[in-house]
Amino acid sequence: MTPRRKRMIAVAAIVIGVGAATAVALQAFQENIMYFYSPSQVTGGEAPRGRAFRLGGLVTTGSLQRTPGSIEINFLVTDNAETIPVKYSGLLPDLFREGQGVIAHGKLNDGGVFVADEVLAKHDENYMPPEVADTLKTPQSAGGAS
Amino acid sequence: MIPELGHFALILALLLAAAQAFFGLVGASRGNVAWMRAAQPAVAGQWVFLLLSFGALVWSFIQFDFSVRYVAMTSNSLLPLFYRIAAAWGGHEGSLLLWGTMLATWSIAVAAFSRSMPLPYKSRVLGVLGLVSMGFLMFMLFTSSPFERLVPAAAEGNDLNPLLQDVALAIHPPMLYLGYVGFSVAFAFACATLIEGRLDVAWARWARPWTLAAWLCLTIGITLGSWWAYYELGWGGYWFWDPVENASFMPWLMGAALIHSLAVTEKRGLFKSWTLLLAVGAFSLSLLGTFLVRSGVLVSVHAFATDPARGLFILGFLVAVIGGALALYTWRAPVLKSDAGFELLSREAFVLFNNALLVAATGLILLGTLYPLFMDAMELGKISVGPPYFGVAFLIPMVPLLLLLGVGMHSSWKRSHIGPIGRLFGVLLGAAVVLALLVSKFAYGQVHFMGVVGFTVAFWVMGSALYEPIRRGGNLRGLPAGFWGMTLAHFGVGLFALGITGVESYRIEKDISLGAGDVTELSGYEFRFDGTKQVRGPNYDAIEGTVVLSRDGKAFKTLHPQKRFYASGGNAMTEAGIHATPTRDLFVALGEDLGAGKWSMRVQYKPLIRYIWLGALFMALGGLVSATDRRYRAKLPATARAPGGTMAGEGAR
Amino acid sequence: MSRYIRFLVPAGLFVILVGFLFIGLQRDPSVIDSPLIGKPAPQFVLENLDDPALRVGTADLQGRMYLFNVWGTWCGGCRQEHDALLAISRSNVVPIIGLNWKDDRGLARKWLNQLGNPYELVAFDPEGQVAIDWGVYGAPETFLVAADGTVLAKRIGAMDMTVWQRDFLPLINGTGGSS
Repeated sequence: MTPRRKRMIAVAAIVIGVGAATAVALQAFQENIMYFYSPSQVTGGEAPRGRAFRLGGLVTTGSLQRTPGSIEINFLVTDNAETIPVKYSGLLPDLFREGQGVIAHGKLNDGGVFVADEVLAKHDENYMPPEVADTLKTPQSAGGAS
Repeated sequence: MIPELGHFALILALLLAAAQAFFGLVGASRGNVAWMRAAQPAVAGQWVFLLLSFGALVWSFIQFDFSVRYVAMTSNSLLPLFYRIAAAWGGHEGSLLLWGTMLATWSIAVAAFSRSMPLPYKSRVLGVLGLVSMGFLMFMLFTSSPFERLVPAAAEGNDLNPLLQDVALAIHPPMLYLGYVGFSVAFAFACATLIEGRLDVAWARWARPWTLAAWLCLTIGITLGSWWAYYELGWGGYWFWDPVENASFMPWLMGAALIHSLAVTEKRGLFKSWTLLLAVGAFSLSLLGTFLVRSGVLVSVHAFATDPARGLFILGFLVAVIGGALALYTWRAPVLKSDAGFELLSREAFVLFNNALLVAATGLILLGTLYPLFMDAMELGKISVGPPYFGVAFLIPMVPLLLLLGVGMHSSWKRSHIGPIGRLFGVLLGAAVVLALLVSKFAYGQVHFMGVVGFTVAFWVMGSALYEPIRRGGNLRGLPAGFWGMTLAHFGVGLFALGITGVESYRIEKDISLGAGDVTELSGYEFRFDGTKQVRGPNYDAIEGTVVLSRDGKAFKTLHPQKRFYASGGNAMTEAGIHATPTRDLFVALGEDLGAGKWSMRVQYKPLIRYIWLGALFMALGGLVSATDRRYRAKLPATARAPGGTMAGEGAR
Repeated sequence: MSRYIRFLVPAGLFVILVGFLFIGLQRDPSVIDSPLIGKPAPQFVLENLDDPALRVGTADLQGRMYLFNVWGTWCGGCRQEHDALLAISRSNVVPIIGLNWKDDRGLARKWLNQLGNPYELVAFDPEGQVAIDWGVYGAPETFLVAADGTVLAKRIGAMDMTVWQRDFLPLINGTGGSS
């Protein structure tokens, strides 16, 4: 074989190998794209059933519930228009607080409760995840007095 | 007064950078020797004034000068001296100044240690570096000067983000930037080569030690960041695939590809245009990283949105630098032809595989990092790409890369010839598989498929790296530094793979609720929680838990995980308790008071996790050893043609 | 010519990338319209920052145009915009009502004493309840509320004189708010 042909074989092997690898990676990519929904979208039936997604909004003040001594916690996530109950078992991030923005990753169960396997609150008062910020609605003024 | 001097020094540095760019580039193209020589004192002056400027900023921090806005934003009167100094690069403005100072430092190093390069080429390199520096200094002066005053002065500073109050993280950004910025040298070499239309490959030899130095700094920077995330964030993770981390990892991968490709170009005159493209690419990804992190495109809202001018400026800068270099590449590269072909199992071919796989990994990570941005820009919904994708995207190129690495290390230039190890490959691979199975079965009690694959490639690479030193027995003198560098770095890759495999395949973690006296068991270790108490630090209060670790009833260590509340307010911080041995880490993080005397806790068993960082340090050490190879200090070889005469048109024939 | 095309690929990919980054930058969250604009401002009653016994609320503001500025001493952008607020206050075009958000009363009062007080009234909202009603997601934010209680404009991030003159003054003059 001439060096040129050998080189062609090498290049072809690389193209095939990289191509196959890319195909597998793109498959993984498809499976790991996580959509983000606001409580209003979830209530409106836009969020998928049986597939994990990310839910974002504010933790409703006063909604944090836990049986003393238990690691399980329930709270409400709101976009100021709709509210979704969330159930989570595990350590909460340092930045998790009532009235603050939060992103939860998990699935919706049959009872309409969002069962989170991960809760993120990567922000402080100066910063809120952009997805959450975009979803926030203001309540209609009719009953808006507080 | 001092901050004004700092600001003034910054302006002088900008003028000198402009002089450096002008005399370097125009002087070289006109063949004016006096102008070309003038570029060097300009570099020195720029460096001195940037050091002065940076010194002025550090001084303002040490003196608690809260009349400087940046100081008031990132420091506090309670902050210890060490963190006051580190706070100088704890925010946007200061980290840019640090970046600029490092660029000038690399530039002066190039000016000082490149005596063997012909003057016009060296001038062009310095000219390109001057242009890059101008961009950064203008960005600083026009949009984010660290010396802006507050009138009236603030009575008290805002404090450095408590997350950043840590030794590893104080050193992490300077190392990372040193690496990022260091790729500017390889970039400048590539641009100068393209401008001159050089057809020879001497530039590859000149660029190699600089590229190695930049890459090893980046390696250390990333490693420190990962180590910090592990013990400071309270999750026990060492890598999160978040955009900021990816921004540092992509230039690292590209830099690793560049190091290998430069060797082929230097030794064999192959892959000329490809190597140039990698050099442009590595620095482009560094700049892109800065753009993603600094402009707020990915993290958005109040971080930088208050000043969209910054984002636009960075984008314009990116277009000028990367776009300019790529335009130059499109124009000049087609004339670069490789002198010869190469054999299928030659070292050239293995480096080509290495490059293809590393660039594929970079591309896949880039896709995952930017895809959410594309979707958002096209208004197709808000998405994020989950970390499992990155895990797969990284693994797919890495397993074949490591398998090929074991063979490629012993291949020869030009010939399809694998050294004396050739006949042993089957035996070595078989031994690696058997060892991997044994370790999985007896150390971890389960045979996990990816665990076996991971251990196999790890043992395979380490064995292959050690083969040559072992074969030579005690007779190791006379081997060049380059060989030792390669061996150390590749052995490091094996250790790294060992660590990743151990953690990813055999870790155990759980979040549980524990009251005082409660015991939980994890992989044969008992964790007994003995309650909490209040403790007080220099600028924080903390709740400290006591957790006693024991095995088979024998206590061997007491850990004190903390929850800290900094005096400057803001959020609580988790300080994990960690017990480390060579084979595993035990990790305990304190959660929150659950009521009824119970606390939530995260307990983790992390086998072999230390080898991830140890492996990375070996890689960095390998880079350091390679960079000191005597060949790079040699004088101009006789074969290197005088530049200027190598016209672009010459190769078109 | 065809062999040049291969070398155009990197430049082409880069152009596409820059296009997306540019579009991404244009989506500046600080100009996203608040859903409140054109709607009545949310009602509130809170303690006065200066005196816990006094109340500040929508009732005090009936029939007047005002700026509603959300701030806190912990917020860097607030320090940055403070001089602009003082200048706006001195120009006497429109009163500024402050919402001191998630802050400490002592610190906030010290801040106003030291830096000057641009506010006619400051409402104290340590829990952030009113801020949520207003859809605030970070400080500083500034709302312009018309005499009939409608929200006319919103600025996310630090106020400065350029934004004030470009985005706020025309609205105020247009509705005859300067009095």
